[in-house]
Amino acid sequence: MDIFAQQLINGLVLGSIYALVALGYTMVYGILGLINFAHGDITMIGALVALTILQGLAAAGLPAPVLLVIAGGGAMIVCAALGLSIERVAYRPLRRAPRLAPLITAIGVSILLQYSAALVWGKQYIALPKLLEPSAIDIAGAQLTTLQLAIFLLACAIMAALLWFIKTSRMGRAMRATEQNPDVAGLMGVNTNSVIAFTFVLGSAIGAIAGLMIILYYGIGHYFMGFMLGLKAFTAAVLGGIGNVGGAVLGGLLLGVIESLASGYIGDLSGGVLGSNYRDIFAFLVLVLVLVLRPSGLLGQQNGDRA
Amino acid sequence: MHKHPIRSLAVALTAALLVAACGQEAPPTAPKAEAPKAPEVLTVKIGSASPLTGPQAHIGIDIRNGVQLAIEDANAANVEIAGKKVKFEMVAEDDEANPTKATTVAQKLVDAKVVAVIGHFNSGASIPASKIYSDAGIPQISPSSTNPKYTEQGFKTTFRVVAHDGQQGPTLARFAAKTLQSKSVAVIDDSTAYGQGLADNFEATAKSLGIKVLAREHTTDKDTDFKAILTRIKGKKPDLIMFGGIDPQAAPMIKQMKDLGIQAKFIGGDGMQTPNFIKLAGDASEGAMASIPGLPKDQMPGGKTFLDKYKTKFNQEVELFAPMGYDSVMVFIEAMKRAGSSDPAKFLPEVGKTTYNGVIGPIAFDDKGDLKNGPITLYVVKGGKWEPLETVKPETGAGTAPAAAPAPAQETAKK
Repeated sequence: MDIFAQQLINGLVLGSIYALVALGYTMVYGILGLINFAHGDITMIGALVALTILQGLAAAGLPAPVLLVIAGGGAMIVCAALGLSIERVAYRPLRRAPRLAPLITAIGVSILLQYSAALVWGKQYIALPKLLEPSAIDIAGAQLTTLQLAIFLLACAIMAALLWFIKTSRMGRAMRATEQNPDVAGLMGVNTNSVIAFTFVLGSAIGAIAGLMIILYYGIGHYFMGFMLGLKAFTAAVLGGIGNVGGAVLGGLLLGVIESLASGYIGDLSGGVLGSNYRDIFAFLVLVLVLVLRPSGLLGQQNGDRA
Repeated sequence: MHKHPIRSLAVALTAALLVAACGQEAPPTAPKAEAPKAPEVLTVKIGSASPLTGPQAHIGIDIRNGVQLAIEDANAANVEIAGKKVKFEMVAEDDEANPTKATTVAQKLVDAKVVAVIGHFNSGASIPASKIYSDAGIPQISPSSTNPKYTEQGFKTTFRVVAHDGQQGPTLARFAAKTLQSKSVAVIDDSTAYGQGLADNFEATAKSLGIKVLAREHTTDKDTDFKAILTRIKGKKPDLIMFGGIDPQAAPMIKQMKDLGIQAKFIGGDGMQTPNFIKLAGDASEGAMASIPGLPKDQMPGGKTFLDKYKTKFNQEVELFAPMGYDSVMVFIEAMKRAGSSDPAKFLPEVGKTTYNGVIGPIAFDDKGDLKNGPITLYVVKGGKWEPLETVKPETGAGTAPAAAPAPAQETAKK
């Protein structure tokens, strides 16, 4: 039982990171109908920027929370600026183009970001300097580190704040209006361009926090780390119903747990034929199943013309 | 070359005497045979293939640097083959640790007319590339590939100067059984030719020595999240976790072991015995053990001198395989000297007959091209550094005892 509890904890922490990244996918999709494949790599940039700041300030002797706030803040600023400029340069000119064009542009931007990062940070794995000394809490025989707990709680807080923001604030209302019909929203006095730009900024900044979490959790960064992460988060967004913010949260957490349990038990279930190196199959198996059985995702609405 | 070497020598001697006698005014004597010391420089290209970019670049560049150092030394020593002065040239290629790229690079080296190749680093690259070198008749020494399959393909051109996993895996298992007194183990590999080969060999010997293998897990050489695997392993409570793979995976793995509160010891092969492993894993690396073919860097017969020279030249420490790369070049050059030719077809048979005292110790090959009696050293991380624990000679039948002792001393001085 303790093993099961441990796998569940691993899955929830991993899932909360997936969920944060999935928010970026789902918000942009909701408003533009665009799958921003570069989002995983924006997260990667956020992670590496945070890592660099932490490396640079590690010797300064500041207390860890201050360092983390600086690193997180720096990463958010860089990513927000990046998201804003990508939208302006790569997507806005193509807004009225056929759907395939911005999709391919997104893939191009993703590759551009990866190799720019390889130029800046090199292709080596980069290690996080020793910073935190997470202690472990024992829950029914399973280990929950304070870091895992912090990641999970912070992710939940961000997601809750985002939901509340979209529901209640003026900008949130504008976002929902643009999502429903950009042309009509424009006629009603919503500046759709700035709403869309804001969505990119918000998604990228949340992605930057996810990047910081990954760096703290795994302790190493790499220019290619955004690729698989992006695919997983995209899967999570589709699983929950792409375009639906609550769905992204649910999808992320579910995907993390499914993956964790799958890789934990696949060996036993398949009699040792399949090992946990087949873990990634599950994420994509889930994607295929969702697309076949419930194309609009778990929480997605059935609105034929947009989904 | 000449019909009467003695006569031409005599002519040369007279010429030399004349030169000495007449000073600057030496008349152009001996028109019929040019003096054998005539500086006809022969350029010989030697290939180096290893990953120069990507996550394993630090190890690949290390090999290339070793090759470069050897070539510079050989050029400085004015090596002559069959009386001709030879200038060696390095052609370094980047295989990106990628099997497909490795074959492209191999073809490139063949087309560039290299006479010998030092490479590749990864078993997964050395094996597909070896076919191309074999077809072209170019001898290849891998400084580092430890998968047994590399030399088992029946090619005459494949050699290596490290102990292979058939020796390394069992040595790790024997160490686990005897020194660590392990009763149970969980085995993880990274699904590469290297990692899986090492883990398979470890597992087989461990079983035969009565260690219980509680779990056999696979990950990939791209992954950094091993929590699920490790959680599963934690439930089985092994004494020891063995990993067949490279440092970018080994480091997060040992970190996550500590996070999950796993008490088991951690052991692996040469792929994680790097300074990078300690850098990436930080404090968690303390107590990790790994084997590496060969003697400890500073216990190599030519180690101290080599390490100093390397540091002066490249302003960094030897990562792993630079000494092997260096010696591989020297083995080729010695073979060329003995054969009196830099034609691969002529000196290839001599490579197999090598008895050379290199930086890493005595080098001789068995009939498959594997290093005879290659020692394996076990290391442990202590105080943020790899410290040698013990050196083991693999218990494979061939030439156990004296093979090393009466090696020709003439080459030892030449570093």
